[in-house]
Parts: sequence; structure tokens; C-alpha cells
Amino acid sequence: MIEFKDVGLIYPNGTEGLKNINVTINDGEFVVIVGLSGAGKSTLIRSINRLVTPTSGSLSVDNENILDYRGSDLRKLRTKIGMIFQNYNLVNRTNVLKNVLAGRLGHTGTLRSILNLYKKEDIGLAYESLQRVNIGEKIYNRADELSGGQQQRVSIARVLTQQPKYILADEPVASLDPPTSHQVMTYLKKINKEHNITTIVNLHFIDMAMEYADRIIGMRAGEIVFDGPASNVTEKTFEEIYGRAIREDDLRGGAKES
Amino acid sequence: MTKQTKPEALRKTPSIYPTKTKLQITIIFFVVLGFYLFSMVWTQREMVGGFGDALGNMYTVIEKFFPPNLEVIPKVWEAMAQTIQMAVIATTLAAILTVPLALLSAQNITTFKPLYLFTRTLLNTLRTIPDLVLAVIFVGLFGVGLLPGILALFIFSLGILAKLISETIEAVDMNPLEAMRASGGNIFQVIYFGLIPQVLPQFTSFVLYVFEINIRASVVLGLVGAGGIGLVLDQQLGFYNYPNAMAIIILIFIVVIVIEFISNKLREALI
Repeated sequence: MIEFKDVGLIYPNGTEGLKNINVTINDGEFVVIVGLSGAGKSTLIRSINRLVTPTSGSLSVDNENILDYRGSDLRKLRTKIGMIFQNYNLVNRTNVLKNVLAGRLGHTGTLRSILNLYKKEDIGLAYESLQRVNIGEKIYNRADELSGGQQQRVSIARVLTQQPKYILADEPVASLDPPTSHQVMTYLKKINKEHNITTIVNLHFIDMAMEYADRIIGMRAGEIVFDGPASNVTEKTFEEIYGRAIREDDLRGGAKES
Repeated sequence: MTKQTKPEALRKTPSIYPTKTKLQITIIFFVVLGFYLFSMVWTQREMVGGFGDALGNMYTVIEKFFPPNLEVIPKVWEAMAQTIQMAVIATTLAAILTVPLALLSAQNITTFKPLYLFTRTLLNTLRTIPDLVLAVIFVGLFGVGLLPGILALFIFSLGILAKLISETIEAVDMNPLEAMRASGGNIFQVIYFGLIPQVLPQFTSFVLYVFEINIRASVVLGLVGAGGIGLVLDQQLGFYNYPNAMAIIILIFIVVIVIEFISNKLREALI
């Protein structure tokens, strides 16, 4: 369970990233956060694994306040929170298997990992994760030889290998074409249901949010302006969240491929 | 009609650069030009007769140096090998010590500013000392031989390598490092898995490049007593034994070309 209580964040340059955030995310939920760019979606998601640190309020993960975590506590927190990025964030010159094994870093000692002495079951786990996202045949390819969709699947495999309790996905489909976007979202949804991993996804495409989310949180200017089950959401709701009429480019489109 | 609109359009069309920039660039251009002209005039005054006798002297020099005494080559092999060994040892040591220094002087890795500034300044100071001066100092400290040469080359290449590599580190893609951090890796794991694969090709290439420089520099260092083939060359020149000196020069020339060829091929294969 993730609990935000009166969380605020002011960046060193004075920008207010988050304002008075109060929200609770329950275990097993698939939450989509929507909002225009600059609305604070990324800041909110990155607060949870402390890639950014809120400046006020309290934020607890599994009933422990994480805001004063440092060093090994922080690393332990991060091992149970997997993250997926817009630009995949793979090491381009390294092969797919090693990229996926990086998900085990938090569980592996420094010396062991530097000498490439991963445990056998970790390597097995990495391979299994790659097969789950249907990319098991590419293990020795360099990451930059893959297409964008394939790279994002590798990064999902990396997160799976981490065996997290939570998955954060920061605009995971913004750099992909419509069919690939649906494929990636389908994998995320499947993982959420099969492993019961709480998943929080940032999106700005409203049709995708409505299709995949259990619950939608709307943000504008650092504040939560909507929070409710996806079934309650209409285009009208989005117009309220965005503060303007819905446009063509707010939709991803593309039929769902299965 | 057209006659009336044309001047208007001309007046409204903006020039590509603002007038201020144009003025600045013009001034800088003339200052640089003036500097060139001044130094041309000045050096020619100081070098009066500099070129006049050169052609005549060339003949005398060539006559003294030729034909080279190639029989001396087997006897100087050992010194030549020492020169290469000096370069190998110095480059290897520098390549190892560069890693922590380059990391500490890269702004994106060392976020603790005082430490970063300290390492930067240390490396900058190191680089300002010419290799020849280093050799003279170390020869004074340790006496004539290989050790002062190795030390001089080591410090000299450390300065270059750490600078080049820290700049490479500053240019890497930070995104994979963020991903490693987000999955709970500690700083060593983040560097080892996120950073090293990104800089390894350039690192190897720079080390080979510095090795080439060191081979050439170690010859020069020999002249001030830092061992190797340079020392032998200096002795032969001192005895006015020009045919022997010429043979040594040819040997150095060939060895340097061969080593550069090999390391060029290696670097091409890497990048």
C-alpha cells in the first residue's frame, strides 16, 4: 500500500512539482495517472522510489515513511519497486540478457555482480522473464539492435526479474507506435493480474487510460483533480482534468492487437 | 508599384546576424589578423638570415649522416626494447589509476562539488608540467635510468588520459544509470553496469593513443638521461658518430610506424 499524506514538492529552482497530494494506492491496483505534460505525473511517480524527494508531507510504502530513507534503506525500498521508462533506459552496448540481469542488482552483492557471478536461479529468472514478454530468442543481441517495442519489452523483463511488489511506468508508450503501444500495455496489464503487482502508469492518451486502467487519477498543475474508477470516466471528465477540449493528439488510437 | 514596394521590403528584411554580433566578429577578425601580421614581422626580424643558409647546411648535414651504419642496430636492440617497455609500463599504470581519477573529475558522477573541483584542479596542474621537465626532475631524484623515465611518462599520460576520459564520462547517456539506480543498485553497480559499457570503447582507444604518444615521448626523454634508446642516441650524437645516430633514427622511425599502424588498426576495430 502506498499512502501520500499532504505531500508537496518544490524543486530547487522554485517550481512547485506537487501540491498537497493525498492519495492511497491499494495492493494489486492498476492505476493510470493522466494529465498534460508538466502536470506533475512524473514527479508523483518518481517520489515513490525516491528518484525525487518530496519536500513536505509524508509518503509511506507498506506503512513505513520512506521520506527519510538513505543509503541501504533506500536501496532496499528500490528493490521492491520496479520502474519502466519512456526511453527504455537500456544499456545500448550490452546484450539483452545482461540488461535484464541488471534487475537483480539490488539483490546481488557488489563483488558477485561485478565478477558476473550471478546465481544460477537469477539467470534462469532473467531468461524466464524474457520469455514471458516473448523475446526469449534475442538474449545475445545488443540492446540497440532491437526495435523500440522490443526494447520496451526487454525493460519490462528487467523489471520482472527484479520481482518487485510495485511497478512504476513513466510514459511507457510515448515513444512507440499505436499497435506496439497496445502490446506493451497488454503485457503490463497481464503482469498486474497474474502476479498481483500493484502497477502505476503515467499516460497522456485518454483512450488508452480508459481501456486499461482500473482506476484513473487526473493531475493538473501539481494537484490531483480527479480520482475514481475507470468506469466512471467519460470524455467530459478528461476535459475537466485537462482544462480544455479533447483534441486528436490526446488519443493514441489503433485497434487493440492480440 | 513595384518600385515603391521594393525598398520597403528591403528595409524590413532582417540580416542573418544582429548588427552587434557582426561588429564584434569584425573586430575580432581584425585583432587576430593584426596579431598574425605583427608576429610575422617580428619573427622575421629576429630570424634574419635564418633561411638563407639552410639549403647549404642541409648538404653538410646529409653528408655527415649518410650512409647510416646499420651494423649498430643489433647492438641497440636492447635499448629500443627498453624504450617500448617504458611506454608499456607507464601507459598501463596510468590506465589503471585513470579510472578513479576520471570518475572523480566527471561532474555527472561526482555530484559532491568540492571533491570534483579538487580532482579537476589537481589534474589540470598535472597537465601543465611538460614531460621533459618531469623527466629532468625525476632523473635528478633517482639518477640516470629507466625508473625516472617511467615515472615521467606515467604522470604525463595520467594527466592526458584522465582529462579525455572524464570528458567522455560527462557525455554518456545518464538514462541507463537512472534505471540501475531505480532497481536498487549501489553506486559501484551503477557505474559498473550503466557507465563502463558506454565508455569502454573510447577508453581503450584513448589508452592506445596515449601509448603511441608515450613511445615517441620516451625517445625524447632518453635525451635527458631517462634511459632507453634516446639515451643511446644522445651518446652517439655526443661522440659525433653521425652514421650510428642515423641508423638509430631509422630504427626508431620504423618501430614507431609499426606500432602506430598496429594500434590504429586496433582502434578502428573498436569504434
